[in-house]
Amino acid sequence: MDFFVQQLVAGLTSGAIYACVALGLVMIFVSTDHINFAQGEMAMFATYLAWAMINAGFEYWIAFGLTILISFAGGLFIQRVILKPLETAPVLSLVVCFIALLSIFNALAGMIWSYTIKQFPTPFPARDLFGNGLVSVQQIGIVGVTLLMLGILTVFFRYTTLGLAMRAAAQNATSARMMGIRVSWMLALGWGLAAAIGAVAGMLVAPIVFLDPNMMTGILVYGFAGALVGGIGNPLGAVVGGFIVGVLENLVGSYIIGNELKLTFALAIVIGVLLIKPAGLFGRVVVRRV
Amino acid sequence: MAALLEIRGVSAWYGPIRALYDLDLAVEEGGVTALLGANGAGKTTTLRAIINMVRRNGTMVLGGADISRAGTEDIVRRGVAQVPEGRGTFTGLTVEENLKLAFHTRKDRAAALRDMEMVYDLFPRLRERVRQQAGTLSGGEQQMLAVGRALMLAPRLMLLDEPSFGLAPLIVREIFQVLRRINAEQQVAMLIVEQNAAMALELADTVYLLETGRVVTSGPAELVRNDEALRKAYLGY
Repeated sequence: MDFFVQQLVAGLTSGAIYACVALGLVMIFVSTDHINFAQGEMAMFATYLAWAMINAGFEYWIAFGLTILISFAGGLFIQRVILKPLETAPVLSLVVCFIALLSIFNALAGMIWSYTIKQFPTPFPARDLFGNGLVSVQQIGIVGVTLLMLGILTVFFRYTTLGLAMRAAAQNATSARMMGIRVSWMLALGWGLAAAIGAVAGMLVAPIVFLDPNMMTGILVYGFAGALVGGIGNPLGAVVGGFIVGVLENLVGSYIIGNELKLTFALAIVIGVLLIKPAGLFGRVVVRRV
Repeated sequence: MAALLEIRGVSAWYGPIRALYDLDLAVEEGGVTALLGANGAGKTTTLRAIINMVRRNGTMVLGGADISRAGTEDIVRRGVAQVPEGRGTFTGLTVEENLKLAFHTRKDRAAALRDMEMVYDLFPRLRERVRQQAGTLSGGEQQMLAVGRALMLAPRLMLLDEPSFGLAPLIVREIFQVLRRINAEQQVAMLIVEQNAAMALELADTVYLLETGRVVTSGPAELVRNDEALRKAYLGY
């Protein structure tokens, strides 16, 4: 029983990370119908920035906050400078562009900080929550930070006019422009937010998987699986999907297929969802009269 | 009366295909201008050209200011509200959220809230459906919502693209009554594109007849109302 609880908690912890990655993917997908393959590498690069700041003597949480801000600006910049000129480009050009971004960030990180694995500090004390070896403070911290961020995003999208304008721009760009909403800037904001969310995921996961230029590659696959399970067009679904994938991966990994096949399992989920329920579990179909 | 909107020598293209040829057109301050013609005459294109949503050239002056080079969003923010073809509903947002979108561009929140009340007073059916997903509204209700969204922008000029399209005659009548009220009570000028020429001619004071991207005739609405030959030739009734 103890083992089961441990695996469940571990699953929820990785699920929180996947949820962040999935949310970053969905954030860009809902407004542009594109999957940003560079989402993981952008997060990795941001994590290196945080690492550099902490090494330069910054307090952890200050580095954490600064990294989020810089990532937001970076996402904004990428959309404005690189993607906006490609607005009318065919989808394949964009895919190539995303893959280029992926390898650029990967190579850049390797070039600046080398490919040797680095330790990334955790702000959470290394001890048990209840002293019975079931839940660590670190795990609670990761899930807590994720939930806090999700809460902030929910409030932003639901209760602010800027959030509302972003949702409108994602749903119907032409109509949004007719309401005076600068749709192209809303896309840029979406990129900024996605990059910031990714940065949080990277910084949370780095103490567990260690920091290296390839650290997000596998995690991106899990995040993608999470987004698909929940419904790629539905932010809430993506978050729930991320948690589901995290828990399933851990339970299936420890009881059935062993740890080596975990990533394969994530890919199997991707294929399974696409075959059986392409809209995802929570792929809420917008009710529409015809 | 002074012209609120004046467009001179405007041409428009969809890719290589020319849709408008040196169009001249004016909408008077507080006036209602109808733009009539068969399918493909360039009516919708004219509305799109005004808010710069199609490639075009020529001169456009709004309230004395040149808007020839302004972007869509800026023209809208200067008080040109479009009620688009197909209603442009934000289907996944609630009725209230559809209206609240205007809060994003308006600085005067108190006045915007008053305008929202006014929209609900004009269309009581929208008030009954405040929290409903807009995609579930009937066609007529979505058209009311489209007019409501445009009104939320506190416009000087409304561009209406076939507000009667696909709607029951009773609903069409209701919507046109509200449009008449808006025009009379708030002096909002209107440029209206319609297939339902009779309905549009009742509302309009000025008419332009379009054929294949050119103005064939224009003048006071009663002129067209009383000219049977013209009506038969271009409007089919």
